Amino acid sequence: MSLLLTAAPPPAKAPRNLAHLSDESLLSLVASSDDNALAELYDRFGGIAYGLALRILRDESLAQDAVQEAFLGVWRTADRFLAERASASTWILTLVHRRAVDLVRREDRRRGDPLESAPEPAAAETVEEQATTRFQRRVVQEALRQLTPEQREALELGYYGGLSQSELAERLGQPLGTVKSRMFSGLGRLRELLGQAGLEESLSP
Amino acid sequence: MAEELHSLVAPYALDALDETDERSFEEHLALCERCRGELAGLREAAAALAYTAPATQPPPELKERILAQARSERPNVVPLRRKRNWTTTLGIAAAAAAAVAIGLGLWGATRSTGQDALARVLSRPGARVMAMGGSGVLAVAPDGEAALALRVADAPPGKTYEAWVIHANAARPAGLFRGAGVVKLARRVAKGSVVAVTVERAGGAPQPTQKPFLASQETT
Ligand SMILES: [Zn+2]
Repeated sequence: MSLLLTAAPPPAKAPRNLAHLSDESLLSLVASSDDNALAELYDRFGGIAYGLALRILRDESLAQDAVQEAFLGVWRTADRFLAERASASTWILTLVHRRAVDLVRREDRRRGDPLESAPEPAAAETVEEQATTRFQRRVVQEALRQLTPEQREALELGYYGGLSQSELAERLGQPLGTVKSRMFSGLGRLRELLGQAGLEESLSP
Repeated sequence: MAEELHSLVAPYALDALDETDERSFEEHLALCERCRGELAGLREAAAALAYTAPATQPPPELKERILAQARSERPNVVPLRRKRNWTTTLGIAAAAAAAVAIGLGLWGATRSTGQDALARVLSRPGARVMAMGGSGVLAVAPDGEAALALRVADAPPGKTYEAWVIHANAARPAGLFRGAGVVKLARRVAKGSVVAVTVERAGGAPQPTQKPFLASQETT
């Protein structure tokens, strides 16, 4: 068998179309140092990632830094992603969010405006969105509307504000325990609603 | 004290802890099954919030910058990937990831662009992933269901790729394919097997006529 398995030279590599692969399979390829797979993941998530980083950082150059560091994090640690018990998109967006929050805290650009009043960066161009991205946005916005205003506020400030829980409690004038439990019940309810939304949507014609 | 630490799971999922709390919680997380279970679901919900910011096209040079940097790091990265344990880690947690995706219904499903054969094998509890040389991966479920994801050029005209499951010195054909992508193996992969790929004449061969140019380690 050892003779059988002596490696012969592989055929020359050629660019290939990865569009039909799942996000998770692409991450497996990235874990084997496949830069085409990284490029495909960037094409899928770069727009969402940059939009997220811009909303947190409100600065194009810092947002690009956050996206760059996050995707290099994907490249360096793809072999660990499933250990995080997440889907590929969650894992990638979590890395982007983490980098953006680190940067906004370092630059002290934190803010506490609710999402509705967040100014959009003027120079930024909105991506021609895929239908699935539009669908997902609609599902999340619909789900958020069903939370209590207190839950929604805690999630939005917590996720987009770059504040720590204690700073948030101070800003909201609420005890820390209240803020934590609003975050917990808000995220739990959101998750429930997202699951239901998927089911209803898939049952409708 | 434990209750205090449990209660940090939601702020942690939102990246809303200061450094000190974050460190304490991560230490706690390593030991607390309950928090790990909760965190998986809360993280999915938190990441969904990203979709409320409008997707914005980054400048094209950002992609080039990221890819150039990634390629320049590749020689350093590959040896790290060969560390003993990563195949196991991938497998153990694949089941948890699948459970999360199922819990999220279509919301979870629509975010992947497809359920290819590799993703299906990965979603099976206890699935394992192994490198196929430097050209892709092999995933094997505990019952032997297996899939390959490979980056290879198209087979030359008149030729095909053939996958083999080699066990106890016997090679058995496991499917033909033309080029890069995901291939579900037509044969189950028993523990202690090697999965290999050769180039054969179109139509395939009953036994390998060439040395494999790609092969896995023995499966465990
Ligand atoms: Zn805990």
